[in-house]
Amino acid sequence: MRKHRVGSRLFIGLIALFLYAPIVVLIVFSFNATKSRTLWAGFSFEWYIKLFQDSRIMSACTTTLLVAVLATLIAMVVGTATAIGFSSMKKRPRSFFLLLNNIPLINADIITGVSLMLLFVFMGTALAGFGRIINHMVGTSTGFHVQLGFLTLLLAHITFDIPYVILSITPKLRQLDKNLFEAAQDLGAPPWQSFWKVVLPEIRPGIFNGMLIAFTMSIDDFVISYFTAGSGVSTLAMEIYSMTRKRISPEINAISTLLFLIVLLLLIIINIRQVRQDKTNARPDTMLSAIDTTEEDSAPYPTMNA
Amino acid sequence: MKKRLFAIGITVCMVFLLAFASGCGKGSEKVVNVYNWGEYIDESVLKLFEKRTGIHVNYNTFETNESMYAALKNGGSNYDVIFPSDYMISRMIAENMLQPIDYQNIPNASKINLKDFNVQSALSYDPDGAYSVPYAWGTVGIIYNTKTVKNPVTSWGGLFDASNKGQILMFNNARDGIGIALKYLGYSLNTINKEEIKKATDLLIDQKQKGLVQAYVMDQIFEKMIGGEAAIGPYYAGDALTMIQENPDLAFCYPKEGTNLFVDAMCIPKNADNKENAGAFINFMCDPEIMVMNAKATGYAVPSRAAYELLDPEEQNSKLIYPDASVLKNCEIYKNLPQDVNAFYDSEWSRLTMAKSGS
Amino acid sequence: MKKRGLAIPYIIWMAIFVVSPLIIVIIYAFTNETGQFSLEHFQGMGLYSGVFGTSFFLAFVATAFCLLIGYPLAYVLSRESPNVRKISLILIMLPMWMNFLLRTYAWMSILESNGFLNRFLVFIGLPPLHIINTEAAVVIGMIYNFLPFMVLPIYSVIIKIDHKVIEAAQDLGANSIVVFRRIIFPLSLPGVLSGITMVFIPSVSTFVISKLLGGGMTLLLGDLIETQFLGNTYNPHLGSAISLVMMAIVMICMAVMHRFGEGEEEAVLL
Repeated sequence: MRKHRVGSRLFIGLIALFLYAPIVVLIVFSFNATKSRTLWAGFSFEWYIKLFQDSRIMSACTTTLLVAVLATLIAMVVGTATAIGFSSMKKRPRSFFLLLNNIPLINADIITGVSLMLLFVFMGTALAGFGRIINHMVGTSTGFHVQLGFLTLLLAHITFDIPYVILSITPKLRQLDKNLFEAAQDLGAPPWQSFWKVVLPEIRPGIFNGMLIAFTMSIDDFVISYFTAGSGVSTLAMEIYSMTRKRISPEINAISTLLFLIVLLLLIIINIRQVRQDKTNARPDTMLSAIDTTEEDSAPYPTMNA
Repeated sequence: MKKRLFAIGITVCMVFLLAFASGCGKGSEKVVNVYNWGEYIDESVLKLFEKRTGIHVNYNTFETNESMYAALKNGGSNYDVIFPSDYMISRMIAENMLQPIDYQNIPNASKINLKDFNVQSALSYDPDGAYSVPYAWGTVGIIYNTKTVKNPVTSWGGLFDASNKGQILMFNNARDGIGIALKYLGYSLNTINKEEIKKATDLLIDQKQKGLVQAYVMDQIFEKMIGGEAAIGPYYAGDALTMIQENPDLAFCYPKEGTNLFVDAMCIPKNADNKENAGAFINFMCDPEIMVMNAKATGYAVPSRAAYELLDPEEQNSKLIYPDASVLKNCEIYKNLPQDVNAFYDSEWSRLTMAKSGS
Repeated sequence: MKKRGLAIPYIIWMAIFVVSPLIIVIIYAFTNETGQFSLEHFQGMGLYSGVFGTSFFLAFVATAFCLLIGYPLAYVLSRESPNVRKISLILIMLPMWMNFLLRTYAWMSILESNGFLNRFLVFIGLPPLHIINTEAAVVIGMIYNFLPFMVLPIYSVIIKIDHKVIEAAQDLGANSIVVFRRIIFPLSLPGVLSGITMVFIPSVSTFVISKLLGGGMTLLLGDLIETQFLGNTYNPHLGSAISLVMMAIVMICMAVMHRFGEGEEEAVLL
């Protein structure tokens, strides 16, 4: 048994090495004194200093975070409402809509990106035509057009974020005792209050889990942003892509290292808090209890036989 | 039922409102959307422009003329200033994608004259400059590492030399890539004879199948040549100079078969939102001092005598940036090809990209 | 309960942003540049059969490796103590917080001819490997990027297997191999299927990995589609047609796999 343990730990360690080798390389070379990404020339904070003076990278970083936060929040509200709506549907329409909901998850990113781009361009032309008619009738000259930009980027992110939220809430709703809600109402609570006081606490881990996944996906996304962001805005990923065509500036290593460390720190804090909470309180329900595990399913993966 | 209608109504309104807002919201801020080649500007110039004019620059880059064309043709992205090359300009003029330049907004344009450098023949793409203001010009040649390339390099043949196996980089776009093979075989860069284009592609496929090619690249060549990952490859002379500055083992040569001369110019697309700001930007870029800043950063040749005079003597005398008349005489400029030849280029290029590479 | 109305905004949203874009792709695929109905883009598809072959083959190899590595990992993890489990899961998720382009780019530094791997190999006296700009490099990139999508679904299924079932089997005299073959593996199949889907689809359609690690030497379906929309050969109609064919083949593969998978599951359970 002991030997077995050692073997499995070794295996986990090897996989961790595989997963973290490139990350170590990136972090180490963010402190390199020259632009080289393979030859070490000495320790320096140069790229961290340059980073904060580089308005393009900083604005790309702002865009990335802003899109991710907005998309996650909107996806949370819409996703929660929808999951509740779905749960009270009959089986057939529900499974049909859940299937539709799976499309953005299962579909290849490039197809989602390309098809949304075609849609936005189409909407743009349609709106421009519509605008011309209105202008003609009213005699104004307002500009009506959708151009690829922050808004289309946000719409695309919301579109691929909502399914994750719905998928992580649905199983929680399924476990929810339906009588609970009705009992609350029988006792005279208005629907809104009974939702707030009864349903929400039960599905909160699912909501948090969905938000966490949606946020991660938004931050990590490149392909869909690449097709839907157009000329005006760029996310960090797009900025990195345009740099991979020549040389990636170590400033990018620097900002990624910073973001990475912030996340690491957050996770550690949440974890410590949770361990404390576990001691005082038997019911953990912070974000990470969602990633964990021993609890019943909250798998955010499209399982097709669902 | 009422509730349901209400919900439908709200969603539809929201979508349209958002769409509408995006169209109008931008007008309040002064911006110019610029679409340029990668590594083709001194980025501090952009900050200077913002400071002097108060116009915010949204700066994006592209990698090849064709991908720039695709992004514009797609619709949806509205650029105010773009930097296509010669043949692409004539194609875009022919397809009615550019708008005439209003020179009243661009007094500095008078300082630009390619005649001063004996390359006015290049201007056939837009003879009287109605749609374009030259930004820079240059030539294509071979950059190689003197430490790892054994045989002397004087011809395009160096790229097909088996002793450089696995160390060769090639262009990753159809016109430049097939162009090299055309020149090596002694054909014109602007041939419309499909047989010749096919032969050139076959040569490239053979090169790939023999395992000579390490990678097909555009700007990635910087890193690979400077870092010594690859030994030889074709690229634009100005960029070659930048690479030589960072790695002194590198050298440059003009192949004896002749090569390509190109002019990149600033144009305003038909659907530009901010024409006036575009004019202001182009005018700023034509300022001799700004031209010199860009030329120093990119290594390309300036199209203006006034700017040339401001350069350091060693830059003025560089045969790499301003080649001798004997080299220029041997150069050809890309011309826009008929639609069917363009399509043939695309399918031949696909044939190359799909070929398996040998080892 | 009258909560169904809550789903209406999103149903409309799906109609606009999920269904209609796909309809537009279909319309594009079946029309030509002048907007007339045409099958020319499908008829010309034979030219690209090589690309289809390479893409599906590489995606298959990458998925197989992900399964070979991911399944044991998920299994081993599920048997660890809750604390080790939690930390390991976080460790698997965490890399996603560094942008995947950047992580893939870092693989360039590792795999290059003068890269870290080769320097290490030479240091310990082994001959250097030529990996960068080959199909092997592309597959490594795929495995690296998509491995978590294989591990997480399998893990979340294995962890839910009721331990009593296993104990019962052991009490009835089954050794660990039999327990695995007859109980754990069949019960974990849904996770495996979903993992395969989550790895295969992004692998078959990637264009970034092949560009960065393949050096433009291997053309994948993703590259082919990208170049029709934003790349060197502008032709959104052809791009849409290729996307459609790709989607169709993927859907057929998945359907066959599920049929096969479910049959297996039932057979073993019976």
